[in-house]
Amino acid sequence: MNMTGVEGIVLLGAIGLIMIGLAGLFMSNNVFRMVLALVILESGANLFLILAGFHGLGIAPIFLSNHAISDAGHMMNDPIPQALVLTAIVIGVGVQALALALILKIKAHYNTLDMSEIRQQMEYDLAKNNDVTLPASAQSPDSLVRSKVICQAEQTQPDHIQAKADVQQIGGSVNG
Amino acid sequence: MIWFVSLLVFVMLASAIAVLLLPNMLAAVVASSVVSLALAVLFALLKAPDVAMTEAAIGAGLSSLLLALALRRLGLWRLDDDDVN
Repeated sequence: MNMTGVEGIVLLGAIGLIMIGLAGLFMSNNVFRMVLALVILESGANLFLILAGFHGLGIAPIFLSNHAISDAGHMMNDPIPQALVLTAIVIGVGVQALALALILKIKAHYNTLDMSEIRQQMEYDLAKNNDVTLPASAQSPDSLVRSKVICQAEQTQPDHIQAKADVQQIGGSVNG
Repeated sequence: MIWFVSLLVFVMLASAIAVLLLPNMLAAVVASSVVSLALAVLFALLKAPDVAMTEAAIGAGLSSLLLALALRRLGLWRLDDDDVN
């Protein structure tokens, strides 16, 4: 591909968007901000695909009449990446709506959006419901393994969790 | 032409970084909407007007609406910066 100035700058923008999206996905600790980073990553991928079908002399495929196809001077841009990106934008909004619904459920259940707190409370819930002890190395002191969030959850939440488990069992028996 | 494209790419990347760095979630949603709008203008310049229309309507409109409604349900709809989480 012959890189003229405009294409090079747009390529830089696409790679920059993908890099910023990946950095946000890996480095942020808030689940809502991770969704925003995912949206940016999708945008970068879309821009990259559109740029792959672009060449400087072409015209838009939807503006090409039947007369212009026989004319050798007119070339159209590749319409296939444009159709794919058109689909990918709509699917991206669907993925985003699903992620937001999951975030609303997480907020209702754990009352936080912090990723590490969510992970700790989820491991505690799983261990509590399945009657297993949390995995810990033999050398580590107890105060490091059972961190602050889990201790708080242990002080405040066992009755709550037990009641929720009972409700789930009752609901399961009713549904069954 | 090339200066306009450079300005657009700069605005797009700057607001994409602002999405990750702004402490206020409402401002982050607005910044992601700015990313989508700049991207729509870039699509129009890259000879893909149908994709530009879809990006402007769905990426900047419907997506921002979804994110803002989710923010209101999460209780993060506030204009001051304190206590984001």
